Amino acid sequence: MNIGWYLVVSALVFCIGAGGVLTRRNPLSILLCLELMLNGANLALVAFARMWGGESGQVFALIVMIVAAAEVTVGLGLIVAIYRRRLPIDVDELSELHG
Amino acid sequence: MTQFIFFVAAIGALGGALGVVLLRNPFYSVLSLAFHLVCLAALFLLLHAEFVAAAQVVVYAGAVMVLYVFVVSYIGGAEQVPSGAVLKVLGPLFALAVAVELCIAMLGSALKGIKTKGAPIHSGFGQPAHIGTQLLTKYLFAFEAASILLLVAAIGAVVLARRRRGLEGGDEEPVRIRLREPDYAGTMAEGAGVRSTRYDELLRPDDESGTQQEPKPEATHTGGW
Repeated sequence: MNIGWYLVVSALVFCIGAGGVLTRRNPLSILLCLELMLNGANLALVAFARMWGGESGQVFALIVMIVAAAEVTVGLGLIVAIYRRRLPIDVDELSELHG
Repeated sequence: MTQFIFFVAAIGALGGALGVVLLRNPFYSVLSLAFHLVCLAALFLLLHAEFVAAAQVVVYAGAVMVLYVFVVSYIGGAEQVPSGAVLKVLGPLFALAVAVELCIAMLGSALKGIKTKGAPIHSGFGQPAHIGTQLLTKYLFAFEAASILLLVAAIGAVVLARRRRGLEGGDEEPVRIRLREPDYAGTMAEGAGVRSTRYDELLRPDDESGTQQEPKPEATHTGGW
């Protein structure tokens, strides 16, 4: 398969994730859609690594996975803290830092 | 054969991604994301990224998804609030526009490599030995920074999700129920004429009204024993 096919799949996954981030209001769903966007970027990185025949892109993809894991940890901790304080689990209501 | 696997995995990945966005129940969204990740790992395998594929399945589809499932079952699948009318129309339109733009930008670019199957690779490309060598030599700084980031994230999650006293809604207060003790509980000390003194201290305000009908014990020293 040509590399272009993988890039198209990665672009579609990224855009599905972006649409989900825009339309969903539950922070849990938004985190899931964020994962989709990161995975789309990961697929593009691995595809480009295959295109150049180097392994740097794969290392970059691994680092992206680590960063995603850290983001998930902190995000889920925030959601649990929000739930504990009986605040509404809705990103439109949580606007106290709005300024 | 490669094409068949590619199309199956790509359709699975795209279907899983659509399921994450479209399913209303967060639990099903998480399961859909796990399916999407496994399909993506198959795509990584087709791209000769064995170690990344293994890490994807183990770390992502294993550990991170378990974390998600735990949080979803803890929160209890909060009911989905429908998004606003403007975003409901503009969000998918924006996503579609970005998709078209990305496809045009990538496929219409002058990169010659995307029309090929990729550069010739050495044997063992993408296997753990090579990735590990790269991580510990060329990308050592990124490796160490990632480990520090993971440590900070773990500590931050513990601090964020820990139970704090005083900041909760007050429902964590221990509830003390003051029961009126029966006059005679039938203990041996009462049989010997000594009333239990522990609850007399608590019930003193009631004693003015309550002592008329209750018989006075003979031994009136209630100073404890």
